[in-house]
Amino acid sequence: MEQPEQNVAAQTGMPKQDVAARTEMPKPAALQDVGRREFAAPSDQVIFDVRDVSVWYSSFKAVTGVTMNIHENEITAFIGSSGSGKSTVLRSFNRMNDLIPGARLEGEMAYRGEQLYARDVSPIAVRRRIGMVFQKPNPFPKSIYDNVAYGPRINGERKKGKLDEIVESSLRKAVLWDEVKNRLNTSGLSLSGGQAQRLCIARTIAVEPDVVLMDEPASALDPIATGAIEDLMKELKKQYTIIVVTHNMQQATRVSDRTAFFYVLTDTKSDTRTGVLVEYGPTEQIFQDPADERTKAYVTGRMG
Amino acid sequence: MASVTEPQKVDLQEPAGWRRTKNRLATILMWISFVVVIIPLVFVLYTVIAKGASVISWSFLTSPIPVSVAPAGVGGVGPAVLGTIEIVALATVLAVPLGVLGAIYLNEYGGRNWLSRFIGFMADVMTGVPSIVMGLFIFSIWVLHFGFSGLAGAFALGALMLPIVIRSTYEMLRLVPNELRDGSYALGASKSRVTLTVVLPAALGGIVSGVLLAVARAAGETAPLLFTILTVTAANPNVFSGANTSLPSQIFVNASSPYPGGQARGWGAALTLIAIAFILMIAARFVTARFARYQR
Repeated sequence: MEQPEQNVAAQTGMPKQDVAARTEMPKPAALQDVGRREFAAPSDQVIFDVRDVSVWYSSFKAVTGVTMNIHENEITAFIGSSGSGKSTVLRSFNRMNDLIPGARLEGEMAYRGEQLYARDVSPIAVRRRIGMVFQKPNPFPKSIYDNVAYGPRINGERKKGKLDEIVESSLRKAVLWDEVKNRLNTSGLSLSGGQAQRLCIARTIAVEPDVVLMDEPASALDPIATGAIEDLMKELKKQYTIIVVTHNMQQATRVSDRTAFFYVLTDTKSDTRTGVLVEYGPTEQIFQDPADERTKAYVTGRMG
Repeated sequence: MASVTEPQKVDLQEPAGWRRTKNRLATILMWISFVVVIIPLVFVLYTVIAKGASVISWSFLTSPIPVSVAPAGVGGVGPAVLGTIEIVALATVLAVPLGVLGAIYLNEYGGRNWLSRFIGFMADVMTGVPSIVMGLFIFSIWVLHFGFSGLAGAFALGALMLPIVIRSTYEMLRLVPNELRDGSYALGASKSRVTLTVVLPAALGGIVSGVLLAVARAAGETAPLLFTILTVTAANPNVFSGANTSLPSQIFVNASSPYPGGQARGWGAALTLIAIAFILMIAARFVTARFARYQR
């Protein structure tokens, strides 16, 4: 919840740093990850290497032409209007789209050098390393303890002492421990929306994933709970790589290191709508000096 | 509040007219429907208790079945109680796992494929098969070859329970929100894990209710047992071979008997059957409440 009034129009105020660097910088072409030289990023380690990815739902092309690198220990935000394919791309990173009948992916998506969609890759193994937090908090109808212990248990952890340890440390990381430590045996459904979402985050990090995908994790929450989730994300990125889909542009500017702007193209002839990745780069650049007119229109609130 | 102007009066009463009339009419109709439903229920319960309660005793529940001419107070329906418990329990063991697994296949695995649609359709057709036809079916494929037995009765009752279990379980599984499945998948659970550890526990209360309906229906069936267990008076603890008897069959035999003693035992058997169903319901509620304590 820092800088609460920053940025209904962050684009109007220049950031303190990088002004010089930015003015010298050549206009970046869309789809190119140009930011690494100009803007200091915490890590150059590429976790996901996405090349020309399209996702189809049966005969409907939901999103196309996605090329991007996702970097370790950063928060990458996906913004764009509804139907622009943000969530579809997000769900491709841990193969959640496999669960939708008819969904398929074209192009290359590599995770730490391994092709995620290679024939011998198990989606189960992928999801154990790449966790996901959903838009609507979805605690299981089990106790708070069992919610957090669920992941470690399906990974074969049986020892009570070890599970206790994991549950406590995960709840602490999710900043929920103090609120629930005296009622670990009550139902996960008894928590408020913000607490439930933090429980879901604790559940996700209990399996010690490498990457955490978040699909509008705060859209169902009030501003206070949202602030708590955002603080938590910034804390978690020290240990994890986070990709977050958000409709809230202030949230993107507050938490993310890089931002990808998705846009929906409408083909009037066939009346189909397809999402495209328009621009991807360091968050400051996307919000203050976007290369594409559509990005500019979106981040200044003239569109979308 | 020293207000200068008089506060404006608002009328929050429901306006009179057709809308209010409709509301009253609907309320009255609902009350009438409630009474119409409750009258036969109360009447049945009252009659059965009034005529059966005096007969019921521990010895009635355990004593052998006498001849119909025996006066009330002699003998009891012990073999029928035993037979009903044996046969219904066996039918439940046969039908419930199969039905629940079938419903899991339909909702979790089959999706909209042809096999799944075929099974679903067949289950619906099976619901409509008259119970006596089910008895004849088992008679022709089993009893003619292996003779009368509690097992044959359990086959017939199980065949009646199966579609009810499939349909009710399927509906309960469908109610489990997909968000829960996604949450489990996102932690790296396999499909069987998701089903066993998230979907089934979330649907358990509803599944148990459906199973109970099926058990209660089966426990009260007479027709499918006529051709399968033969209905004898001797107790037969071996459910797998030899003719057997059951409470509904005894009610049927006693109700058509001209002797007051036999008729009284019929009422007693009816009350016993109702009591068994009632106890089952209560027990199942306790069990589900224990499992469902995290649902809220």
